[in-house]
Amino acid sequence: MSLLSLEGVSRVYATRRGLFGTPVPVRAVDHISFSVAPGRTLGIVGESGCGKSTTGRVALGIERPSEGTVSFEGAAMPTPGTPEWRRLRARLQLVYQDPLGAMDRRLTVAAQVAEPLEIHGIGDKAERQDRVAALLRDVGLRADLAQRHPHELSGGQRQRAVLARALATDPALLVADEPVSALDVSIQAQVINMLTDLQEARGIAMLFISHDLKVVRQVSHEVAVMYLGRIVEQGDPEAIFADPLHPYSRALVSAIPVPGPRRIERIVLSGDPPNPADRPSGCAFHPRCALATASCRAEVPQLKPAADGRQVACHLVEAA
Amino acid sequence: MADPLVSIRDLRVAFHGLPALRGIDLDVAPGEAVGLVGESGCGKSVTWLAALGLLPRTAAVSGSVRLEGQELLAAAPSVLDRVRGGRIAMIFQDPASALNPVKRVGVQVAEALRLHRGMEGATAEAEVLRLFDQVGIPDAKRRIHIYPHEMSGGQNQRVMIAMALAGQPELLVADEPTTALDATIQAQILDLLRRLQQETGMALVLISHDLGVVAEMCRRVCVMYAGRIVEEAPSGELFAHPRHPYTQGLLAALPDMVGPRRRLEAIPGGVPEPWNMPPGCAFAPRCGHATPACDAGMPGFVPVGPHHQAACVHVQPATVPA
Ligand SMILES: Nc1ncnc2c1ncn2[C@@H]1O[C@H](COP(=O)(O)OP(=O)(O)OP(=O)(O)O)[C@@H](O)[C@H]1O
Ligand code: SF4
Ligand SMILES: [Mg+2]
Repeated sequence: MSLLSLEGVSRVYATRRGLFGTPVPVRAVDHISFSVAPGRTLGIVGESGCGKSTTGRVALGIERPSEGTVSFEGAAMPTPGTPEWRRLRARLQLVYQDPLGAMDRRLTVAAQVAEPLEIHGIGDKAERQDRVAALLRDVGLRADLAQRHPHELSGGQRQRAVLARALATDPALLVADEPVSALDVSIQAQVINMLTDLQEARGIAMLFISHDLKVVRQVSHEVAVMYLGRIVEQGDPEAIFADPLHPYSRALVSAIPVPGPRRIERIVLSGDPPNPADRPSGCAFHPRCALATASCRAEVPQLKPAADGRQVACHLVEAA
Repeated sequence: MADPLVSIRDLRVAFHGLPALRGIDLDVAPGEAVGLVGESGCGKSVTWLAALGLLPRTAAVSGSVRLEGQELLAAAPSVLDRVRGGRIAMIFQDPASALNPVKRVGVQVAEALRLHRGMEGATAEAEVLRLFDQVGIPDAKRRIHIYPHEMSGGQNQRVMIAMALAGQPELLVADEPTTALDATIQAQILDLLRRLQQETGMALVLISHDLGVVAEMCRRVCVMYAGRIVEEAPSGELFAHPRHPYTQGLLAALPDMVGPRRRLEAIPGGVPEPWNMPPGCAFAPRCGHATPACDAGMPGFVPVGPHHQAACVHVQPATVPA
């Protein structure tokens, strides 16, 4: 059974073109559907502006979808601000790129980790202290760091502290938006291992959002590639990164520099990613796609099952 | 190696008495591409900022940086002004902040042309158009009149590169030129840098924390750790047979793009703080091979293969002299 599921979800913002222009609707997220089961990770990759973070916020219920439904444990996500939503909040947590921005500079690490326990009225003072100590141990922070302030920690230690706080309320779902992108490789590996260990131990479901394909491949059970608000390919990470079927995923995967031999030939796309406010007709990727045909310019391709249980939204990929 | 274009010897930098660079030796030959990799704060940028006299006065700099024999560290400002942007150009990670936001991009490139090549008026404008074309900015005639904020990050980086090329440099130092860009745009810019290097014959120093980027762009790679170069090798050799425990650790910590997934091998701990430098090898507190000998003094370079050396007490020297 899935824990979180999104059904035909769109998120439309009104943005103005120029200072006095009329507002135009921008579809940051356009008709996406997926589900995540307990203990599993769905990785979302794509370039800036493709709608990854908006998807994360909608999944958490922080933002309402303009169309479609979000459900959590089989029931519709409550409206933000309502008592039901507040009760649910403890079970849905967000971790994002900038740990310093996520922390209160005046509070010690221990105080920050205890905060969600106090807010949700979990345990008495002594129990909370024990719980904080256990959480810090779980994320691999030395006990003496508990009394430090955020600016006295390294980047990796801060991200661990943020995670300890996110885990305090024993969440069922963690939305991690570029959680290791600001960290150096050697520290990144520590945090990734810790995340996957904790997930295994606690059965947490994860939505892991990142522009770093290597990291997403490492942590995900399933991966979705987004382009301009839509999922263009979804399936098993090893299969997608070894042999991407959608022309955009092919270009994206081939663009990743790797030390050592590469498996698929580099495809250098021309042009910039288009503006979501100026969405090309048909397949949004067609202006940059070397294979585009007349139907690609006219018709929006839908996600269809392709080889090995994968889903691909491209007119030229044979349906299975 | 041919006579070096730039030769750095025992370059040291300290800020407020704390060491940031602890003795860098590095040669760059004419036309070659050298990569500098290492984690945040290891001194990649400071190396070149010091070499070009771009550090604030609070920095204590010593050692030697020679450009075809001419010492740059003690050089007069007028000499440095001619070298910077002329014989050696530098581009930075964040193009938006390096360009002047209130000046049209074409004007900024024209200024570089006037400064370094004495070009004015129509000659300069024609050259700006040629440069825009060379760096792949479409519709150059119109684009020279717009402002940086009207262009995407990738296009701004192209303008930065055009500006760097304006002085016809013999060496381009590119400091994380693609870190702020999306993957497909990064691929375009790396492609461009590679092509320009072939077309102009300039040398390239590419600074990056991304091992993949330097592996693809550079023939030779230097790995830095805590203000020193700890390993240097031809790039294929470095990634196939890393010899320094830090380089080995970095590669093991990096997730793969192909093959079955494996648990990452994280390097324990973190980089040492400048006020808390280990007495010998700076990597010793995190190193699985460390012995008391590692704390005895800073390990010197040991030749481990052709053009391959590692600064570690425990690597075996190559039996055949390199
Ligand atoms: N102007 C400055 N004043 C004081 N300290 C400085 C200054 N510039 C750099 N440093 C310090 O020097 C050390 C080396 O910095 P440098 O910028 O060269 O690192 P880097 O390898 O380029 O890192 P990154 O990958 O983060 O760019 C760091 O500890 C940094 O904090
Ligand atoms: S010198 Fe010693 S501590 Fe340093 S890398 Fe070599 S074995 Fe490790
Ligand atoms: Mg730097």
